[in-house]
Amino acid sequence: MDVVVDNVDVFALGMRTTVSLTLLSFAVAFVIGTVVAACRVSPIPPLRFVGALYVESVRNTPLTVLFVLFFFGLTKVGIKYGAFTTAIIVLGGYTGAFVAETVRAGINAVGRGQSEAARSLGLTFGQVLRIVVLPQALRTVVAPLGGLFIALIKNSSIASIIAVEELVFRTDDLGNDTAQVIPIYLGAALAYLALTIPAGFAIGLLERRVAIKR
Amino acid sequence: MIKHTRQKGIALAISLAFMTVACGDDTSSTTATTDKGSTTTQAAFEAGSTMARIKEAGTINVGVKFDQPGFGLKNPTTGEVEGFDVEMAKLIVAAIDPDVEIKFVEAVSKNREPFLQDGTVDMVVATFTINDTRKQVIDFAGPYFVAQQDIMVKADDDSITSVDDLNGAKVCTVKGSTSETNLLAKAPSAEVTLFDTYSQCAEAMTDDRVVAVTTDNTILAGLVDTSDGAFKLVEAPFSDEPYGIGVKKDDDAFRDFINDLLEETFDNGDWASAFESTLGQIGLKTPESPTVDRYTETPPAPPTTAAAN
Repeated sequence: MDVVVDNVDVFALGMRTTVSLTLLSFAVAFVIGTVVAACRVSPIPPLRFVGALYVESVRNTPLTVLFVLFFFGLTKVGIKYGAFTTAIIVLGGYTGAFVAETVRAGINAVGRGQSEAARSLGLTFGQVLRIVVLPQALRTVVAPLGGLFIALIKNSSIASIIAVEELVFRTDDLGNDTAQVIPIYLGAALAYLALTIPAGFAIGLLERRVAIKR
Repeated sequence: MIKHTRQKGIALAISLAFMTVACGDDTSSTTATTDKGSTTTQAAFEAGSTMARIKEAGTINVGVKFDQPGFGLKNPTTGEVEGFDVEMAKLIVAAIDPDVEIKFVEAVSKNREPFLQDGTVDMVVATFTINDTRKQVIDFAGPYFVAQQDIMVKADDDSITSVDDLNGAKVCTVKGSTSETNLLAKAPSAEVTLFDTYSQCAEAMTDDRVVAVTTDNTILAGLVDTSDGAFKLVEAPFSDEPYGIGVKKDDDAFRDFINDLLEETFDNGDWASAFESTLGQIGLKTPESPTVDRYTETPPAPPTTAAAN
């Protein structure tokens, strides 16, 4: 494992990119997911349709395909982003579909009486969602959202195919430069664990802190 | 209870499906019989040698590329792997015993050394550049071919005429090759983009994400050939890439055997005809045969710290 120790700085560079990629795209995913979930439970049929269309089309397409289409495909119609920006759009949009379904499940878990009571007080649909339902819904889905976050840490590795220099990209490159593929990939596994295990703990902590005391 | 049974049935079906995948497809391979006649008089091999073992087993696993036009390319219609590397492998195996069946296993840049180390393959003939880093873990016979690293640009681009012009330019090459190291040695301030395949590099150049693609001229020739005049070769080679045949570390008898045979094929014309029937078909002129390098000691290990780019 000397080769891993010698190249700790290269792994660290890759981890830094992986972390910023994950945090930025999760922020995008959270916004998209919440908006799409709101669409899917809204009383307006076209919005419900658009929300469902988004979730089903994005969720059922492999991430690798989305990466290639967004990076190489969009330039053919004149839209061109750098590799890192493309990765945030693709990862955020993709994870957003899963976040939407999770948040929708949380919304459905909030007792019907809650929204009925809010409506009878004269709140609009938007207000009911924002003030009454979503705060409770999000608290119940912290654990599954955390699962999506950890999945995103790992999914971000697919950005290596469009040459974003994250952890797997650095690993690939190191494996070739040193001709010691197995130790280098073991090092990558450790590096991912160093990110995912603390993330898991943080999610558990957050879950306990925001839990609804009943 | 009916429902219960059905769930079990589904679970069983799913786990079976996984098992099939796990067992079935870990190394894709195709077989080919040696169609060349024996080139050497058959010698009795020393007991315990790799040649004796292969002859005894009647079969050999050879790692070749499946996606490299001219060297090792799997023909989608016949399922056979075709190319110069494949022809060289057939010549070597025919010299052990023409009856030995060759199983071609797909070797990508990443798994070539591990395949030799764990015995998945007995030799690797896969555009495998000989270098000191790799000599630490495996050994090389050959070279059997010397490629040169060159530059490919858009056909209407006249601004790049040599490797010096790549300083400060966006240049594409692939991961798992020596091309990046060679490029940075000659043009230290080039901005390198690394993809998985050369076709992605070509795509990135079409989209003006990079201005040049650099790697071995043999590979670039194939890309220029399929670009319909969109790309051209600069023809300013800046490094030699000796392709060797990878064997297990310290298997000197097998390595000597291959080296002897290579020299024989250089002299008797087998090497040249293998070249003409493969690389010659994509427009490359048959070069002078290389000189076999019978190194005896493992060179000192280069530093294992990779240059962070």
